[in-house]
Amino acid sequence: MLQAQDVWFRYGARRPWVLEAVDLAVAPGEVVGLCGPSGGGKSTAGRLLAGLLPPARGRVTVDGATPRPRRTPHPVQLVLQHPERAMDPRWTLRQVLAATGAGPGAVAALDPELVAPGWLDRYPHEISGGELQRVNLARALLARPRYLVADELTASLDAVTQARIWHLLLDRCRAASIGVLAIAHDRPLLEVVADRVVDWDRPADTRPA
Amino acid sequence: MSALLEVRGLEVDFVQYERGLRRRSVPALTGMDLTASPGEVVALVGASGAGKSLLAHAVLGLLPPNAVECGTVTYDGVPRDPAARRRLAGRETMLLPQSVSFLDPVNPVGRQVRRSARLAGRSDPRRAAEEALAQRGLGPEVLRLYPHELSGGMARRVMVAMATLRAPRLLLADEPTTGLPPETVRTTLAEFRQLADDGCAVVVVTHELLAVLDVADRVVICSAGRTVDVADPADFTGDGSRLGHPFSRALWQALPVNGLHVSGVS
Repeated sequence: MLQAQDVWFRYGARRPWVLEAVDLAVAPGEVVGLCGPSGGGKSTAGRLLAGLLPPARGRVTVDGATPRPRRTPHPVQLVLQHPERAMDPRWTLRQVLAATGAGPGAVAALDPELVAPGWLDRYPHEISGGELQRVNLARALLARPRYLVADELTASLDAVTQARIWHLLLDRCRAASIGVLAIAHDRPLLEVVADRVVDWDRPADTRPA
Repeated sequence: MSALLEVRGLEVDFVQYERGLRRRSVPALTGMDLTASPGEVVALVGASGAGKSLLAHAVLGLLPPNAVECGTVTYDGVPRDPAARRRLAGRETMLLPQSVSFLDPVNPVGRQVRRSARLAGRSDPRRAAEEALAQRGLGPEVLRLYPHELSGGMARRVMVAMATLRAPRLLLADEPTTGLPPETVRTTLAEFRQLADDGCAVVVVTHELLAVLDVADRVVICSAGRTVDVADPADFTGDGSRLGHPFSRALWQALPVNGLHVSGVS
């Protein structure tokens, strides 16, 4: 279970709270949708769950413990909307994927549905945004996460590419029992891909049933 | 009414240097057609990477120097070269850019909106800026924030405010509603409809096919750098069998409300 318990967060001691007493839980293999107005703290919650930000109060636990990865990737991987901002533009995609610690064999053996072998020696700007998002997803999966946080994964992609990427993600997460928190403003999308949808109109009332 | 903007067979190649002096030419647009008349909202939809944004930038003459163009762009009945289009940009034609990175990262939002208001010839830029943001549900405290402190949706509303301070004759909106909640998507699109009804020609580049159908007069569908279909918004209904081109149908069927279907189109 990926769990946020009574989590509070703000970007500075004098700034307003972005998250107030947030509770959120994702079970292994479960897909939870998180929907809400812009500026409501959805992306901030995603960063806290993935361990990129520490909560001011409360705690984030992965299967009961606070994760403290040293030489291994974090068990919660964050996949962002803009893959081009999440990669070193001067690395080939082979290098980008190898940065997860996966060996050259594992990179070469990636499912061509996810990453076509011909892309590996190209640079991020040399493939399209939809293709790059597939590489971004592949990178997160290579880190063998237990949970994925997909923050507006397909918000800047067309409907056909969006459908393809979600099918790829759901197939792989179901097969490996990876829990997914899908953050999006597109409620119809979440209703299709998620097992349940949490609405964040009032962040304090989000205790899961 | 005759078209204000008429793009015919626009092709754009980018010239790049590989190792040393070896040049290669990368085709980006291979045949784009687009017309927009005053009073009309035209939706431009299609695959990511099909060149929709590129087309918008090309129309405004904003492409980098290594771009090579071919085809014609007629504005107001006169064929215009990129330099002539560049001169119109920001005066008669306006781009509403896609990404937050188009805002100046080292200046607070207020200074940037006030600058837009001043360039638009508003007599009281301070008031105009505050009103433009208030109209979009953003309080005066937003004026003191820097772009990185805005959420994606807030930044987009700021950019809409900046682009519409002066009523342009042609507005090219590049993904104006990505990351916005449905409520704001509707009000933003309704604002474009209003601009068009007031005589502006509006081109909306978007992925949100469903939302834009309510306001668009025509839907132009492109794929892999070319225009493949022009459809009536009313044809997007049911299983999409009224749509002529297979790619238009695939796009319609892949929408979450239509079941997120992946059909055989690559």
